[in-house]
Amino acid sequence: MNIIDLTKENFDSVVLQSQVPVLVDFWAPWCGYCRRISPVLDQLSQQYDGRLAVCKVNIDQQPELEERFGVEVIPTLYLFRNGQAGEPIVNPGSKAQIVAWAGL
Amino acid sequence: MKSYDVIVVGGGPGGYTAALYAARSGLSVAVLEKLSAGGQMATTSTIENFPGFPDGVDGFELGERMAEQAQKYGAETIYGEVTEVELAGTPKIIRSSEGEFAGRTVILATGAYPRELGLPGEQELRGRGVAYCATCDGMMFRGKTVVVNGGGNTAVEDALYLSRLCAKVYLVHRRDQLRASPVYRKRLDEQGVEILWNSRVTALRKDTRLTGVELEDVQTGARRELACDGIFVAVGRVPDTGLFAGQVELDSAGYLVADESCRTSLPGVFAVGDVRTKAVRQVVTAAADGANAAYFAEAYLLNKQ
Repeated sequence: MNIIDLTKENFDSVVLQSQVPVLVDFWAPWCGYCRRISPVLDQLSQQYDGRLAVCKVNIDQQPELEERFGVEVIPTLYLFRNGQAGEPIVNPGSKAQIVAWAGL
Repeated sequence: MKSYDVIVVGGGPGGYTAALYAARSGLSVAVLEKLSAGGQMATTSTIENFPGFPDGVDGFELGERMAEQAQKYGAETIYGEVTEVELAGTPKIIRSSEGEFAGRTVILATGAYPRELGLPGEQELRGRGVAYCATCDGMMFRGKTVVVNGGGNTAVEDALYLSRLCAKVYLVHRRDQLRASPVYRKRLDEQGVEILWNSRVTALRKDTRLTGVELEDVQTGARRELACDGIFVAVGRVPDTGLFAGQVELDSAGYLVADESCRTSLPGVFAVGDVRTKAVRQVVTAAADGANAAYFAEAYLLNKQ
């Protein structure tokens, strides 16, 4: 499944009503570490196709979502299961760390 | 267990150049990379000193292109985090989050990461005012006041980058002159960066996030407070060699001991890039190491036959 760009309009329907866990990446185009993890997110969306949805929030374009989740550092990743957000992970250093955190 | 002629640990410019040369020599090659191609270089927005790019080149893109080039000649990339190595035996064993691999030779290209100040509160303030990468986190400090701590090229490049975004940039350096290239000095003045000489950061001030730093004048011992929204720490790097200690010779700072041939104290084990003992740690010298290591790895394998 392709990575979905989230907006304040589609967030609730895409994330909160999803049948599968949703990984949400808060990022911005100017953020170096965000770029470093982006290939991993592409891999995860392919590797766990049908079992995990991968979404992104561009905080420059979606300041309301940035504020709603109190994101102060990027990249910050959230995992939503049944509409509930777990503990976020900030600036993960490896694919293995993301996989372990998400319990995949 | 899958085996290779060459296992490269780390996918920065040193690792992928080694993979490129080894693959082009007809060797089977795997690169184990924990995140994505490029290493430290991937967080540099513009690399201005890699030959062939007069307008500079984006570090992340350069990393991806190096990976693509090595893969074109048959090198594989495995996105795994190495957890344990057995470097002395034959073959050499690499355990990772993606399973175990056997290598007839191993090229260690794990690089380095930024050194911390070692001050109380530093860990919890990470991302709340304490940062280690200007091009990564600089935009979070748009219009704010920041301190850059250090006097080398990284510190000066960070200060220049931040001066285009921030209201005020202080460069705090413990000596009375910069270690950075002289070409930078004029640019710092032009950009209005205020240099605080002979000073070191002795404490971090905070409420919910960083509010300032305490500075000590290293000559007089006098202390003073400096209010700021952020501090960018650029006081050097630490080699990522924790997994190799006790198996292969390290110097007192933790770097893998090897000369230009990149041969370490263990036959068949090579060190390339920032992780190796050397004078100049740059993208271009890391790439040069990669070519040398691949050459000597091939020679080692030929001798073994």
